[in-house]
Amino acid sequence: MSATMLPIVDHPDAAKPFVNDPNRSRWHDQALWFVRSKRDKQAHSIPEWEYLRDCASRIKTHTIANLAGYLEEFEKNATARGATVHWARDAEHHNEIVLNILRQHHTHRIVKSKSMLTEECGLNHYLEANDVEVVDTDLGERIVQLRGETPSHIVLPAIHIKKEEVGDTFHQHLGTDDGASDPSYLTEAARSHLRDKFLAGEVGITGVNFAIAETGGIVVCTNEGNADLGISLPKVHIACMGIEKLIPRQRDLGVFTRLLARAATGQPITSYTSHFYGPRDADSELHIVLVDNGRTRLRESEQFRASMHCIRCGSCMNTCPVYRRSGGHSYRATVPGPIGSVLSPTRDAESYKSLPYACSLCGSCTDVCPVKIPLHHQLLAWRGELVGKKLLPWSKRMSMTMASRIFQSPRLFNFTGSVGRTALRVLPRWMTHNRFNKWTVARDLPEPPKETFHDWYRRHRSK
Amino acid sequence: MLFLEPDCMNQPLEADTTARRAILDRLNTRTISAPPLPDVDPSQVITYDDPVQEFLDKLSLVGGEATFVDAAPQAEEVLRQIPVFREAKRVVSVFPEAVPGTMSTDGIDDPHAFATIDWMIARGEFMVAENGAIWIDGNTLPHRVLLFIAQYLAIIVSQSQIVSNMHQAYDRIENYDGRYGVFVSGPSKTADIEQSLVLGAHGCRKLQVIIVRD
Repeated sequence: MSATMLPIVDHPDAAKPFVNDPNRSRWHDQALWFVRSKRDKQAHSIPEWEYLRDCASRIKTHTIANLAGYLEEFEKNATARGATVHWARDAEHHNEIVLNILRQHHTHRIVKSKSMLTEECGLNHYLEANDVEVVDTDLGERIVQLRGETPSHIVLPAIHIKKEEVGDTFHQHLGTDDGASDPSYLTEAARSHLRDKFLAGEVGITGVNFAIAETGGIVVCTNEGNADLGISLPKVHIACMGIEKLIPRQRDLGVFTRLLARAATGQPITSYTSHFYGPRDADSELHIVLVDNGRTRLRESEQFRASMHCIRCGSCMNTCPVYRRSGGHSYRATVPGPIGSVLSPTRDAESYKSLPYACSLCGSCTDVCPVKIPLHHQLLAWRGELVGKKLLPWSKRMSMTMASRIFQSPRLFNFTGSVGRTALRVLPRWMTHNRFNKWTVARDLPEPPKETFHDWYRRHRSK
Repeated sequence: MLFLEPDCMNQPLEADTTARRAILDRLNTRTISAPPLPDVDPSQVITYDDPVQEFLDKLSLVGGEATFVDAAPQAEEVLRQIPVFREAKRVVSVFPEAVPGTMSTDGIDDPHAFATIDWMIARGEFMVAENGAIWIDGNTLPHRVLLFIAQYLAIIVSQSQIVSNMHQAYDRIENYDGRYGVFVSGPSKTADIEQSLVLGAHGCRKLQVIIVRD
């Protein structure tokens, strides 16, 4: 995937179908706001929330700074527990490593639990192209997999799909009743369908929520129990993780397990928080794949380093007014929303140059982030970088240069103001409300004020 | 379809060590100064005057149920009140003094053999008040899949074995030397279809906690 040139994402264009479907856009907005509200309730239920965020941020800052040492410590301790640690340069290398392990075990069927890293690496397609059947076992991921889609949210992969659509998909693939859309009924159908897949899985693949340098252990959090079920049956477990998932000590988990589920879905903790220390028994294997894929380069950036704190809770998406209304697919990136708009351009600034603009700079993402990534500051910083790189369209560059000139000269500013006010008063509606002025598509222009503040001030105060 | 030549199998990827070196070198080239690791100040985090009550509240929030008994052997009576337990045919128990199982795990090597079990009776080490979680030590499980493959799960835990928060919980398992351990908070669940909560996604459909007074 990294080798091919990515198409340039135009967020406003990509969001158009979703935004122009007012029912879906509104429904999506409300569904995510519901999750955000649950998060607030849980966050407010512990008085030390801000203290925990601060601790988490400091632990991550410390770890990322000393990452090499902690990775080596992790490797040493994980190996001592019997795990095999692999290092992957990039997405392609990661996929090769996983395929190589599967081939050593003559595997053609794997079960996989949710892992944004394997999405980032395009593992599913790679394995399928190499004759391996991949079954995503997280219900939301299974839904999008059956529909030939990708997740639109990192925690709620199928948040953009209505239950009637899930019903249609299940009717087609799992033989559920035509027109059935009751979530309990559909979940039950998926349960029995996936039970068979679990029992047939030859290797289990999972992501990693936290890896602990001090113990060499890894922690995987799920609500469904699919990760545990998928890896407790076969003898081989492959756990794939970005190198930023490391934390130094087991007791640091106290901070992160308190933050993660509260921030993500408004639960006090996930149903299952599983700690793996080496393989199951002498007869089993645990492979841990540590993936760089641009992370060491991101770490070198003073400006964007803090984005490596991310624990993939998705709370910045749930709160983002742009994400809620435009849907995750409009970002055309594995990780959408505010954090995705920071991370994606670090991979490829040209392709993802419109994402830092899919943001009103309201700052809500920064307020909810459990590890205190200054998201909206980073999005603003990206805009500065993009201007420097001359990656903006001519129209935007031109209008910004003009605006800058006008704001620098009081005389020019006053003159432009008076032209604008007069124009608003005298121009016929069709001159201002037409297809060339996108601002007025769903809005009206303001009433021009009768006098400026300057005039008012002169009249009242200058005597 | 891509079939492999036998000789390209079982070959470790040569790039493995060079990738390791490249990643570590790149990290080491750029030194970044950062503050030391913070330690959580116990006086800053919440503790509960009545942790058991807090646990009960949180357990019910996450969809689990709890009952008290005076002694472990009464656990079976509690379960007998539950229709799906009375009808259960295959019960695995790691706490036979409390609830006898109907099938033994002795001599079973392949975890697939448990595909059809109805109930799993597990032993909890301690409860966490703030989130309704119970720590299960993997060493008590003949097969860890039992917790997840059973249709229903019961966990028996002593009332005195409780901590207020996750910091205290990790203090308790600081030197854990097993291969597996899990915090279980409520039954398996999903809300992936239109945010409607459904209990019993892949794992247990119901979690019955039995707290033994002591």
